[in-house]
Amino acid sequence: MVDFRHALVIGASSGIGEAVARRLAAGGARVALVARRGDRLDEIAASINGAAGEQRAFAFAHDVGETAAVPELLQRISAELGGLDLVVYAAAIQHRVAFDEFDGVKDQEMLAVNLMGAVAWLDPVAERFGRLRRGTIVGIGSVAGDRGRSANPAYNTSKAGVHTFLEAIRNRIGRHGVRVVTVKPGFVETRMTAGMAKTPWKISPDRAAEIIVRRARRGRETVYVPARWRYVMWVIRAMPSCVFKRLRV
Amino acid sequence: MLPPDRLEWVEGWGMSVGAAGYVWRPSTIDGIRQAFGAARAAGVPVVLRGAGCSYGDAALRPESVVLDLGRMNRLLAWDPAAGVIDVEPGVTIRALWRYALGDGWWPPVVTGTMEPTIGGCLAMNVHGKNNWRRGVLGEHCLELDLLLPSGELRTVDAASDRDLHLAVIGSFGQLGVITRARLRLKPVASGLLHVRAVAAPDLESMLRLTDEAKDSWEYVVGWIDAFARGRRLGRGLLHFARHLEPGEDAAASQGLRVDAQDLPDTVFGVLPKAMLWRLLRPFTNRPGMRWVNRMKYLAGSTVGDGAEYRQSLAAFSFLLDYVPHWRRIYLPGGLIQHQSMVPSGDAERVFARQLEAAQRRGMPPFLAVLKRHRPDAFLLSHAVDGFSLALDFPVVAPRRDELWALVREMAEPVVESGGRFYPAKDSALPGELYRATFRAGELDRLRQIKQRLDPEHRLRSALADRLLGDGAPA
Repeated sequence: MVDFRHALVIGASSGIGEAVARRLAAGGARVALVARRGDRLDEIAASINGAAGEQRAFAFAHDVGETAAVPELLQRISAELGGLDLVVYAAAIQHRVAFDEFDGVKDQEMLAVNLMGAVAWLDPVAERFGRLRRGTIVGIGSVAGDRGRSANPAYNTSKAGVHTFLEAIRNRIGRHGVRVVTVKPGFVETRMTAGMAKTPWKISPDRAAEIIVRRARRGRETVYVPARWRYVMWVIRAMPSCVFKRLRV
Repeated sequence: MLPPDRLEWVEGWGMSVGAAGYVWRPSTIDGIRQAFGAARAAGVPVVLRGAGCSYGDAALRPESVVLDLGRMNRLLAWDPAAGVIDVEPGVTIRALWRYALGDGWWPPVVTGTMEPTIGGCLAMNVHGKNNWRRGVLGEHCLELDLLLPSGELRTVDAASDRDLHLAVIGSFGQLGVITRARLRLKPVASGLLHVRAVAAPDLESMLRLTDEAKDSWEYVVGWIDAFARGRRLGRGLLHFARHLEPGEDAAASQGLRVDAQDLPDTVFGVLPKAMLWRLLRPFTNRPGMRWVNRMKYLAGSTVGDGAEYRQSLAAFSFLLDYVPHWRRIYLPGGLIQHQSMVPSGDAERVFARQLEAAQRRGMPPFLAVLKRHRPDAFLLSHAVDGFSLALDFPVVAPRRDELWALVREMAEPVVESGGRFYPAKDSALPGELYRATFRAGELDRLRQIKQRLDPEHRLRSALADRLLGDGAPA
């Protein structure tokens, strides 16, 4: 098992990202918190540092849409932390989309944050870790990315894109000792799932973070959160299209 | 922003500590200045690196510019009549002795491996198995050129600029980049040494025999079976060696040839030594090493006790090179070494405490080496009038914190006895214990010189940050 000492969490202002950042810091890691909402990040960093009695959290306000700023910010964060051995991409949005709604703006926003943001951050991270022949990349995908569900096409597409991108960079740099972990959570109690009608097996962000960090330390390639989703999604993935489309999920 | 393609993982020799750094490998002084310029523009420190032979974090610092001086490896001037040589910092001990031996000269101080660079050796002010007789390498440096982070090049003469000379050498590369060093070598009449091996049944005997031999032999080094307990605690084998006098070696000129010094490539004439570490790997655990140590002592205390023989300079001096890649037996965690220097009167008590502490915690060192030392005048001197005990420990991830705690436990009695520590070997010493070994004002003097030569504190290393602490020249 690897021990994470210097971690970067993108999308750390709420939900799974915040919970992962808090858990890593509680374990002794120095953690860079990246998200758009600087004031919220400052609150989280103050809370983490207060609990630790030392500075373990470092806030960096950044909009993942500003992709050109990423390489320099990554270098600045690495210097501030004194190294980097774990990067977690957790930034994501999910717009509510009606069953018969086709809104290009909403869809492109989801693709920009969930997928293009991941590519913008994880490309230089993969280059760095590949060159150093060490490091762990964790990308938060979703069970929603395993099939083309009719409910939210662009969200599904963005998460499927994240899965494929992570698999591809794993195939590139995994052989050099870099671990790339694809996380596929089910329903987690976050703003994203608030108000949803059916949310089976919903777990807290902290419970999700516990599973994610533990599995990432072990270097698992694909992690369903919680684990029972693996079996559900195995059935769903194996389902023929002619059957799946009739489910209207 | 620093160029990402310069990013590399840089490790200490013990392979237990490392860091990502942006590596520059200049071949000229202008190239060094360019690296400083890049670091200044990016707002990051510069750490100096030679061959990376310091065990711990002396030649690395996370996310900094790493100035690897290995390519500045030219021999600049040589006076075979006086034995005085000018070298660039990247010249290795290997290159130095191979060049000078044919004229009858040998480096006055060498490390246990011939791979370190002269720049690195001066930065850490290394000692050898003859520290009692010859002191540290810095005592044989007549002059050096020092490039300051500002780009200014200064010549520092050992006699006329004594204070700066004593501060620059041994201060871990915190004051400037040594771009040229003038060294005086030692004349030798033969490429062979006369060696005597002696066994000692306990720690008291080891120390006493070492002390008795220190004035009559050029080299004195002891190996200790760190697994032995009770009345056998500290038992070991000593090797004394002296250079052959003129006339003692009938084929002296043959022995001064470089190829006569080359270490053999095979063991027993058949087994390639490059493979030997793989055979040692199954023994790299406590039961295995207990057995290896016991067998070594048994052999040395029976058939080997009192043996006298001749050995080449290289074979005796560079034991760490005898088995290529041997440190790989410690992978994946690597190793750390702790070497403390203790005044003669306290050495037996302190070293016994160290060995017992390691045994009590279930972490006996796999290798333990004893040497005799004398004090020197360098500002960050590590030597005292006494003995040093160097202990090698494997690093195993689940017990890493406990090993670091053991280092602290072993270091505390060293501080109480007025001893010192050898930074070239260190990875784990708490800074407050290191600082406690210096007299009042010594570190302040270093800070003042640092402020004068490197006011922006551009030169730093992880070792200096850790040992010299906040607000110190780092």
